[in-house]
Amino acid sequence: MMGPMPRSGDDDGSRAETAPRAGSGSEPDVALVVRSLSKQFGDRIAYEDLSFEVGRGEVFGFLGPNGAGKTTTVRTLGTLIAPSSGTAVVAGFDLTPENGLAIRERIAIMPEVPGLYLRLTVRDNLACFADLYELSDPTDRIHGVLEAVGLADRAPDACGALSKGLRQRVSLARALLSDPEVLFLDEPTSGLDPAASKDVHEIIDDLRRRGVSVFLTTHRLDEAERLCDRVAILNTRMLTIGRTDELRDRLFNRSLTVRIRRPLVDPNVVFGPELGVTSVGTDGPTTYVLGVSDIEAAAPGVARALVAADADILSLTESHHSLEDVYLQFVESPGGVPAG
Amino acid sequence: MRSSRRRVMAVLRKELRDLRRSGNVVTAMVVLPLVFLIQPIIQVFAIPSSGSAALHHEHTLIYLLAIPALVPSALSAYSIVGERMQGTLEPLLSTPVQERELILGKALAVFLPSVSVAYAVFALFIAIVELFAAPGVAPALVQGPDVLAQFVFTPLLVIMSIWIGMAISARSRDMRTAGQLSIVVSLPTVAITSLIAFNVIPATLQVALVCGIGLLFLDRLGWRIATSLFDRERLITSTK
Repeated sequence: MMGPMPRSGDDDGSRAETAPRAGSGSEPDVALVVRSLSKQFGDRIAYEDLSFEVGRGEVFGFLGPNGAGKTTTVRTLGTLIAPSSGTAVVAGFDLTPENGLAIRERIAIMPEVPGLYLRLTVRDNLACFADLYELSDPTDRIHGVLEAVGLADRAPDACGALSKGLRQRVSLARALLSDPEVLFLDEPTSGLDPAASKDVHEIIDDLRRRGVSVFLTTHRLDEAERLCDRVAILNTRMLTIGRTDELRDRLFNRSLTVRIRRPLVDPNVVFGPELGVTSVGTDGPTTYVLGVSDIEAAAPGVARALVAADADILSLTESHHSLEDVYLQFVESPGGVPAG
Repeated sequence: MRSSRRRVMAVLRKELRDLRRSGNVVTAMVVLPLVFLIQPIIQVFAIPSSGSAALHHEHTLIYLLAIPALVPSALSAYSIVGERMQGTLEPLLSTPVQERELILGKALAVFLPSVSVAYAVFALFIAIVELFAAPGVAPALVQGPDVLAQFVFTPLLVIMSIWIGMAISARSRDMRTAGQLSIVVSLPTVAITSLIAFNVIPATLQVALVCGIGLLFLDRLGWRIATSLFDRERLITSTK
């Protein structure tokens, strides 16, 4: 079981400011500002014309198929590679080579591959990174992050002796070590069992409460839906961005699903327009999907109409479109534009 | 931008810990120099007391400078490409560590054991000669200028060898290629030390000065080349 995340003892604002904070376009409650950012490797476009913002304390999901440019975007914002064009502000600093050190002092990246020194112990791995971040209380901090990821008792073990899931946890502990302002998590629950994934989700929730901005790339859409305040879907270009409920409402009409024992003789008569039903569809012989403009207003009337029609109601539910439905609409539509 | 001593030390400590637990590398570091002992030991033990005077005109000790010329490059050749292959380079480069801090830390982690091994093997050779060679051989073999040359040139050769290995490592796509290339590139230096040892190139003060100045120049140039070849983006993406 994982524990709560400790705050770094040295987080007193004393990090070296090697360059001035960004001027225009940088607001105190915004952790990331990206404007028309593009990256090309020769003729190959990794991503192009990305623009978005991530607020402080926001968990921002970055979704897309393989090769969409997610990891390259993370590497760009993490100062590992330079953008081909466009601008960005990361943790208050313009994304320029001169600000690389200042940015890296304030962010952390948990890559998809844990990238641990397998011959070293868990503690030695973290001690190395604690020194690289020049933490003032490395021992306490290492203990704190290991407690947070539930690995305090494995500190003396060689990383090579750990399972894939445990290595992933060590990688997360390493990313938490510097108490970053912006945390980039690339598939953080890849290879974790459901219980460990849940623990990671709790850590992310805790980070959000503490005001840490989390930039989460994941293929697990249920995870993104559960954790993210907003999501962006890209496929080298930005396809859409917004809150998951907003995206659902934008793509799908709200609807009620009615399941009854026997088919209605004339559904259009039963579900008349006076009930607020805008369309009547079917999903099988005894299941009706009713388009409605106002679920709360329509549902009682629909129930009464069914009773009046002597129908045996098995269920009456609001149709739920998942983030996966939204994602597939965008990613599978030609040109990334959903059909309707 | 100032360099951080603590970050250099962090890299150095990590490298030394990793090295200590790498049985194969440690074995190679010890065995390879011992191989270089075989020829001079056979040569020395083949000389009877009556022939020891001839040793005054030879520089067998210089032959041992092949060790600092060769061993560090093989070790440093793994330093960057090794990180890349095991996926540790990306997390490392996403920390505040600067290129020169990383390179310096890695170079020190090769320099310290390499110099130690080179001096230890040299001391072992002297001890063997002093204890077991025919009478008169040791005083004829262990000449002050040769011993001085060993002490002065060992660190200079180690440094040059490290930069060669690192430059190759920064540009290589796999560890095997890096290791083999580094040995090939170090061979000319080994050839020069051997030619001096076998008196093909006369071991004069002038030659020593030229070699010393040349090595100092190459060591400085090597640092510049190694740091300039260290390109974060290319190392992470291998696309440039």
